[in-house]
Order: sequence, then structure tokens, then C-alpha cells
Amino acid sequence: MRAEAISPRRGHDVIQLLIGGIASGCIYGLVALGFVLIYKATEGVNFAQGDMMMLGAFIALGCVNSGYLGLAFLPGVLLAAAVMGGIGYGIDRLVVRRIFGQPQFALVILTIALGFVLRFVAGTIWGYTPLVLETPYAGQAVRIGGVIIGVEDIITILVTAGLTLLLWLFFARTRIGLAAQAASQNQLAAYIVGIPVRRVNSLIWGLSGAVATVAGVLYASKGAIDPNIGLLGIKAFAAAVIGGFGSLPGALLGGILIGVVEPLAARYLPGGFSQMSPYILMLIVLVTRPAGLFSQIQAKKV
Amino acid sequence: MESVLEVRNVETYYGAIMALRGVSLDVKAGRIVTILGANGAGKTTLMKTVSGLMDPEKGQIRFLGQRIDGLDPDRIVNMGLAHVPEGREVFPYLTVAENLRLGAYTRKGGGIAEDIDLVYAYFPILKERRGQVAGTLSGGQQQMLAIGRGLMARPRLMLLDEPSLGLSPLLTQEIFAIIARLNEEQGVTMLLVEQNAHIALQTAHEGYVLELGRIVMAGTSEELQASEDIQEFYLGRQGETQRAQKRWKRRKTWR
Ligand SMILES: Nc1ncnc2c1ncn2[C@@H]1O[C@H](COP(=O)(O)OP(=O)(O)OP(=O)(O)O)[C@@H](O)[C@H]1O
Ligand SMILES: [Mg+2]
Repeated sequence: MRAEAISPRRGHDVIQLLIGGIASGCIYGLVALGFVLIYKATEGVNFAQGDMMMLGAFIALGCVNSGYLGLAFLPGVLLAAAVMGGIGYGIDRLVVRRIFGQPQFALVILTIALGFVLRFVAGTIWGYTPLVLETPYAGQAVRIGGVIIGVEDIITILVTAGLTLLLWLFFARTRIGLAAQAASQNQLAAYIVGIPVRRVNSLIWGLSGAVATVAGVLYASKGAIDPNIGLLGIKAFAAAVIGGFGSLPGALLGGILIGVVEPLAARYLPGGFSQMSPYILMLIVLVTRPAGLFSQIQAKKV
Repeated sequence: MESVLEVRNVETYYGAIMALRGVSLDVKAGRIVTILGANGAGKTTLMKTVSGLMDPEKGQIRFLGQRIDGLDPDRIVNMGLAHVPEGREVFPYLTVAENLRLGAYTRKGGGIAEDIDLVYAYFPILKERRGQVAGTLSGGQQQMLAIGRGLMARPRLMLLDEPSLGLSPLLTQEIFAIIARLNEEQGVTMLLVEQNAHIALQTAHEGYVLELGRIVMAGTSEELQASEDIQEFYLGRQGETQRAQKRWKRRKTWR
């Protein structure tokens, strides 16, 4: 009798854990997507991706919260994504483009510095005490057959799925999306067929800023934000590496994998493993599948 | 006869290395003009300078009467100049059809589907493989795709950089036959770089000889074929100058 009563509840527990994990994984995945977008366009890693997510979250907060602009939630978030898109475009146009052709580490240093700047800007405008984004679905939960799921988790998963579909449509179906793919596959040929490669690269930076904003809003709907939440970018970086760093679906799957493993490790393994699990996963993938990892990039060079 | 392309005293550098040392040449409408030259003579550099991939330090380039030196490549393609680069630069993960469509990227208006059919008419194998990703085509097929992609821009002038690179002698004959047909039937003016001087001079109407970044000889194909220097250095040693495929694609370092 007792065992029967407990086991379904434990089952529910795990399902709840899994859904929560998938939802946080979606956020890692979206930030990882930003890494990969920029990597494919410019063959450099934007280490400020997490901070772009942070800034996007704060801009959305500035648009939506009653103490600030106080717009309705959805228009406010869309405006924030557009603003952040413009900031991403501008960062590439005004800063990154100047070091075009410099060695890779120049971009690494530049984007790390950029991350500091973004943190400083956010801290100056919004302060360093945690703030809460006012969402219309805060604290709500639904109950499906005994499993309690936070509405923000459901929204996170649905929005991520929708955004992924939109991105896929953009790259596969639009002229500019095809041009972006072409530019990332063969830059010389892209120039030759008349694609304005640099403008396309700036657009990709803008797109990655907008995606980061969506990730930031989803993150902020689960808890308070402060200028240091961009550190999540390190986990997202691990997600991108796990996914192969060249593939958009890979980045998302890597993120979800990390998101799911973290709470499971917290629950079933000794303390500390949970925090390390993204990097342990990354190392395992790096060691066991080094060829599969960068396979697309290597194939490109042959 | 109307000049499609006028190059005047062009100097182009790679850092401190001077690759073009004052090159001048003319390409008249409807002609096939070839540039002969040993490895490292600067032929590819000249093509890149004309198509805007590299900017000349000195000199002028006019295309259809307008200055194009220093313009970005997308502007120059837009004016009707297509560059088919050395070494099969296709988009490896896009299909044959997508590659062709990208060739028409700067074009406005319709007729793109018709032109894809035209390319398929010249290169039937591409039609067969239209859904295949370009990276899995054979080298010769990729070269055909690169030429077809250049045609999709409906160019007034086409720059062809070593279209026979790594192709079998038979396929080389085939490609050059198609180049001659395109020139006759579609009226496309061509500037052609080729290691195989024999076939280049058979196909072209006139030619230039480039050595160490300078034009050292110019004339009609007949004149060049009759020249003793050409016979000795370019026609006589034809077998040796044909190189094996040795390209290692360098990305992003050329700019
Ligand atoms: N990216 C580069 N950096 C420095 N020097 C270069 C670069 N590309 C070419 N060069 C030099 O410029 C000169 C001309 O090179 P180019 O590629 O134009 O020769 P080419 O005539 O096309 O030769 P090939 O027949 O082998 O293709 C060569 O001496 C070459 O070493
Ligand atoms: Mg060359």
C-alpha cells in the first residue's frame, strides 16, 4: 500500500524536475544559439553573449515594469528585442568590423571587454540590487494529472520552439537568410555573387542580440535579475561546444542536455556535481567525440 | 569597338609584396581575352583586383565606361561583372539549385527560373544533381556549377580563373567548348586565365602575357601562337605546367 502511494508521487517529482530542466535548458540553448550564429558568421566567439542576454533582460524590464516605461508585456518585450537587435547590429558595425582580419584572439579580448562594458552600463542604469521583471504569468502554475508545472516553464519551452521554427524559416526560406548561410559557408564566393557580406554579418549580430533578449526575458520570468546574470553565458558556451559549435539545433540540444542534467545531478549525486555537470559533460563530449564535435567545420576546409 | 573593361597602370599589394606592377589591358565587347603567365605571375591577383575583392593601390579600372576601382564586389557584380574564381568556390552545404539562385543575388526582376534552365541546358549534369549539396559534387561538376553560378548574374563580362584546374583533359576540352559557345550564343565577353596555353589560345581571340606582375606581351591569339617565346615557354612545356590540384582554400586572409 505505502510503496504504491509513494512511487507515483516520486514519478511526478522526476517529471517536474525534467520539465524544469528542459525549460532552463531552453534558455541555455537560446544563448548558445547566439554563440553559434555569430560563430558561423564571423568565425569568432562572442564572449559577451551572456551579457547581451543580461542587457536584453534589463531593457525589457525598462520597457515593461511599472516604475519605468510601463508598456504592455508583449509589445514591451518586442520593443526590447528590437532595441537589442539594433545594439547588436551597432556593436558589429562600429566595433567588431574595425578588427576584421585581425587574429582570432583580438575578437576574444574585444568581446570579453565588451561584456564588462555591458555589465557596467546595466549596473549604472538599473543598479546592482536584483530586480524582478513584471510578467503577466508570474507565479502561476498548472496541474496536469498530478504534475505541477510552472506557467513560465511552459511558456519558455513553447517560445523556444517557436523561435527555433522562425529562425529555421528565416535561414531556409528568405533571400537574406540564404545569403547569410552562403556567407558563412564560403565568404569569398559570397562576395563574388554580390552578397554584402559585412552587412549580413551585422544583421546576424543584430539577430543574435534579439535572440539574447528573448532568452533574457525567459530567464527573468523565473527569478530576479542583476547585472551579473550574464555569467550564465559560460554554461551556454559549454552547451554550444557540446552541440558542435557549428550547428543551431546542436546548440539547442546541448543547452537542453545541460538543463536536464543539472537538476538530476543535484538530486541524485553528492553536492557540487550539479554545478560542475555542464563542464564535465563538455569534457566528456570533447574527449569522446572530438571529430564529431567540429565535424562541420573540418568538412568545410577540405 | 566598345571597350568593356579598361585596366590602366594598376598596382596591387599584399602587405609589402607588390603583386601587380602597373598592369594595363583592354577587353573589347564580345571577345574572349586570355591572360597567360607562370605560377605566381599575378593572374589571380589581377582578377581579384578587377572584381573588387582587392583594391588597387594605384591605377584605374573602368567597366562599361565607369570607374570601378575601390568599389565593393557587390556593387561591381551588380553592374554586370561576374567572377568565377580559382578553385571551385561553391557553397558546400547548399544544393546545386540554391547555389545557382545565389548567383542571381544582385538581380532584380524575373527570368531567374529561365536562366537556371539555360544553365542546365549547357550543363545537363547539374540538372540531374540539382537537389544535391554542392560539397558532394565531383571537382569537375563543382567547376561547372561555379561557371553556371557566374552566368546567373547575366554578366556583360565574365572573369574565369583557371576553369580547367584539376580537370581531366577531356573535361577541359568540354568546358572550353562551352565557354566558346557561351561567348557566341549569349554574347558574354570573357577574360580568361588559363595554365593550359594551348587550349586558351585556341579559344581566345587575343591574349596578354603576365610575368612577375607586368604585362610583357600582347597580341591576337594567332600572333601569340606564332611567337617563339610563347612557343618555348608556354606551348612547348604545356605538359609540365599543368599542375595537380594543390589548392588549400584560404578563407578570410585575402582581404
Ligand atoms: N594572400 C597573399 N599574401 C601574400 N602574398 C600573396 C598572397 N596571394 C598571392 N600572393 C603573392 O602574389 C603573387 C601573385 O599571386 P597570384 O595568386 O596572383 O598568382 P597566379 O598568377 O594566380 O598564380 P597561379 O598560376 O599559381 O594561380 C605571388 O608571388 C604570390 O606569392
Ligand atoms: Mg592563380
